[in-house]
Amino acid sequence: MAVPGVCLQDFPLWSGGPTPGHFYNFPGNSKMNTGKSHTMYPSTSGTSVVGLVYDGGVMLAADSLGSYGSLARFRDVKRLFKVTDKAALACSGDIADYQFIREVIEQKVRDDVCGGYTRELNAGALHCWLTRVLYNRRSRFDPLWLECVVAGYKDDEPFLGYVDKIGTAFEAKEVATGFGLHFAVPMIREAREKKQNLSCDEARKLLTECLKVLYYRDCRAHFKYQLADITPEGVTIHDDLNLKKETNWEVANYISGYE
Amino acid sequence: MASAAVAGHSNMKSSHLASLTPQWMNSEVLTGTSIMAVEFDGGVVVGADSRTSMGTYVSNRVTDKLTRVTDRIYCCRSGSAADTQAIADIVSSHMEILEVKLGEPPLVQVAANTFKEICYNYRDMLMAGIIVAGWDKSKGGQVYTIPLGGMMVRQPIAIGGSGSTYVWGHIDAAYQPNMNQEETVDFVRKTLTLALTRDGSSGGVVRVAVITKDGVDRRVFLHNELPEFYQG
Repeated sequence: MAVPGVCLQDFPLWSGGPTPGHFYNFPGNSKMNTGKSHTMYPSTSGTSVVGLVYDGGVMLAADSLGSYGSLARFRDVKRLFKVTDKAALACSGDIADYQFIREVIEQKVRDDVCGGYTRELNAGALHCWLTRVLYNRRSRFDPLWLECVVAGYKDDEPFLGYVDKIGTAFEAKEVATGFGLHFAVPMIREAREKKQNLSCDEARKLLTECLKVLYYRDCRAHFKYQLADITPEGVTIHDDLNLKKETNWEVANYISGYE
Repeated sequence: MASAAVAGHSNMKSSHLASLTPQWMNSEVLTGTSIMAVEFDGGVVVGADSRTSMGTYVSNRVTDKLTRVTDRIYCCRSGSAADTQAIADIVSSHMEILEVKLGEPPLVQVAANTFKEICYNYRDMLMAGIIVAGWDKSKGGQVYTIPLGGMMVRQPIAIGGSGSTYVWGHIDAAYQPNMNQEETVDFVRKTLTLALTRDGSSGGVVRVAVITKDGVDRRVFLHNELPEFYQG
């Protein structure tokens, strides 16, 4: 269809419209063509989060480290927080994005209280809402670089859910992010095979064991951690826990050289 | 294969490009590490952490990075685990033959120079940062550092590995010449603890070896017994 001596640019299809052979940026989608894009990679990030459902509640644990690449930069970062009496949230991934979403959720809870809503935000609703937010951001190529675990109660049933930066979401009885998926989840499943319903103490010991193994095997893990226990009575967060003294390094005495 | 930066580790800015290939293909086994050696009157103290990482996975949390070259010469290895093990084996074998020829233990300087020959001549193919330290009867305790390009220099105190970046300031401020043996061991233990708590590629226990004319005294400071510093 090319006419010699005349080029296509002389005949635009319609002003401001698409040019054949070129990318077209749809109007209203400012994220694509302005130079401003953030979170295509995480900067300060948190590592695994582990959660499990036990007989009488749900438990969540996360360590307190913000890693700046390989530097253990911020060693007292709180990655776990209480949303309402029925829900707690912990995130791994970019800490700035976690702080952002935490403030949005806290404002949401405040709005509910001020608006006189009698129905408190529960874990199932939070999980659903978070999935939609994260999926929407991903669809606009501006993700919140997070892997979240939502724990709590939904209509008197214990609830534990996972949401991803690309909008993957599911519920399960044991959930973890990052390295936790590879180490902690099999450990929890093995314990459940032996005993279906774990008690509160057993659950806590199991979670601590999981975090210990993660501290051994994950380069980005730290020995200070937080643990949240959600029961029908409410949410208790244990801060400033330290597992360094419980770690076992005896095997180091038996190794000499590399052969 | 991704060209890694000095003595390991992840450049977070390259992570979005690295997602084009699976991470296990880019992560050779590295001793991203904290190592150091200090001379004192009568010998040397060498120390290292014990973490070997493959990407962000700790493949060995109790590694021994203090490798025997001869009875009185040890080397601390950082960089690629395979490269440094191969080089250490070669130099150790050369020193064994040399000992038979000379009828006496080889000098630390000779071992260090042998390391340097290999690290320099094959510099484009290797990723090895090595600290050679030991005792011999001609110059007493000596520490030689051989960083990535294959240069060699003798220093009273040498640090290396990815964790060393966090303790340059500390050694500048806290190192005193003419410490005795126990003070030197304590200094090495404190410095390595500071390095390994900040560096994600270092961790585990602190292994220390004291080399004097009487032999080698190996010690391990288990992780839960390390000194505590500011935890912010």
